[in-house]
Amino acid sequence: MIEAKGVVKRFGARTILRGVDISVAAGETMVIIGGSGCGKSTFLKCVVGLLRPDEGSVTVDGMDIAQCKSEAEVADYRRRFGYLFQDGALFDSMTVWENVTFGLRYLTPIPPARFRRLAREKLALVGLKDIEDFRPAELSGGMKKRVALARAIAAEPSYILYDEPTTGLDPIMSDVINDLILDLQKQLKVTSIVVTHDMKSAYKIASRIAMLHEGRVLGQGSSDDFRASADERIHQFVNGLSQGPIKMKLKDYEPDAAGGA
Amino acid sequence: MMETWLAALGGATLGVMEALGQFAFLTQSTLRWIFKGKIEWRQTLIQCARIGADSLPVTVMTTFFTGMVLALQGGASTEHFFNQPLFVGMLVGFAIVMELAPVMTALVVAGRAGAAIAAELGTMKVTEQIDALYTLGTDPVRYLVIPRFLAFVLVMPFLVVISDFSGILGGWLVAKVKYQIPPSVFWHDIIDSMRVRHFMHGYIKAYVFAVAISLICCYKGVTARGGAEGVGKSTTQAVVLSMVAIFVLDYLATAVLVALGIT
Repeated sequence: MIEAKGVVKRFGARTILRGVDISVAAGETMVIIGGSGCGKSTFLKCVVGLLRPDEGSVTVDGMDIAQCKSEAEVADYRRRFGYLFQDGALFDSMTVWENVTFGLRYLTPIPPARFRRLAREKLALVGLKDIEDFRPAELSGGMKKRVALARAIAAEPSYILYDEPTTGLDPIMSDVINDLILDLQKQLKVTSIVVTHDMKSAYKIASRIAMLHEGRVLGQGSSDDFRASADERIHQFVNGLSQGPIKMKLKDYEPDAAGGA
Repeated sequence: MMETWLAALGGATLGVMEALGQFAFLTQSTLRWIFKGKIEWRQTLIQCARIGADSLPVTVMTTFFTGMVLALQGGASTEHFFNQPLFVGMLVGFAIVMELAPVMTALVVAGRAGAAIAAELGTMKVTEQIDALYTLGTDPVRYLVIPRFLAFVLVMPFLVVISDFSGILGGWLVAKVKYQIPPSVFWHDIIDSMRVRHFMHGYIKAYVFAVAISLICCYKGVTARGGAEGVGKSTTQAVVLSMVAIFVLDYLATAVLVALGIT
């Protein structure tokens, strides 16, 4: 179980998260939606321990990364997670199979002699075959995402965190990735947090949805709750409307609603 | 007006202090991992080969021509005063071994291998590959910085010794062709006057420069921000800072070595 309580994160004078409370039960797929820059990815990085909250806490199965003192504790915490980065973050200098098995050396006691076979198995799980010796530069966007997904699940984590898994993909490939997330959910019985602003994807894969707006949770509930939400800001976001309480400037130099420049 | 000026000054000071703090933290993390003995030897060897292969042809060429220039100027100056070129071997030997080989080599390595490291790590940073390392169970300092740091420390002294030879060879060529100084005279000039401590003077500097260049370039790489433009800026800053550090540290190292009698 992942439990975030009052998470605040600042970068210099800018406060990105202003007290986020989200809990994700075991086996659940929590989808976090929200506009660009609302703090979704920052929250995900706080969960995995890439960023430390300035206030509040994130506990995973009762463990708080901020309280982990020894290297073994930190390793134990990290072992629980697989993380899919927005653009894959595949290592350019390595082949596909080396990318997929990279974490096994550090996260598992599996002998390196078995890595190549394991890479093939994990790639098959995400629907890829015979690309083990390719370099990331030789792959399409969708293939890169799938290789990154194979890498994220290679060490068999209990939690998978997805940062914008369908961004930059065509609608069909987006749906393929959604199906993969659902498949992995069924096969591996993992708990997932998916950060996205793709509502079609959110409705398809979510057990529950939470919406972040200006660093706070605006609402949480099922897909149906969100479809029928009476909150004007949620309604505007899930229906993708330019007019509504959430103001976005068309041009950077456009005056804002308060009349300032 | 005054407030704006003070705010700008305060902001700049805070920025410098923050950068120094981050640099100190990187240095401390690097040393901590090395003392723990958790070293990625395969990566270190790859980096040694890269840094050596990248830099060797340019360092050899640079110091070879520097040696030629020294011999030419030394010969011309002494010819002007004494009607014949004197002590050309000694001049070339001392200048190259104690000063020019380590400094020229460090400058070339900073511009070639240092820039490559800052650009590579910077690209990894802005494409989240460094974050990916963390999520895959390894520490970016352990996997990226330490192999590069060790590679610099291992390779740089070799490059400097090779530069010593190429510089002196350059000087010898000019001494022979331009001034018809017999090889035995040229080499005796060097061997008779040069002691091990003179060689050590330049050799120790190689380590000082290796530590500075590797840490500066790795630091600028892992702190790059803002896409391709950010990587470009970080790479330029890495090279400029390394070059400034080489000259400043050259003076400080010389002062310490002179005080210790290694001169």
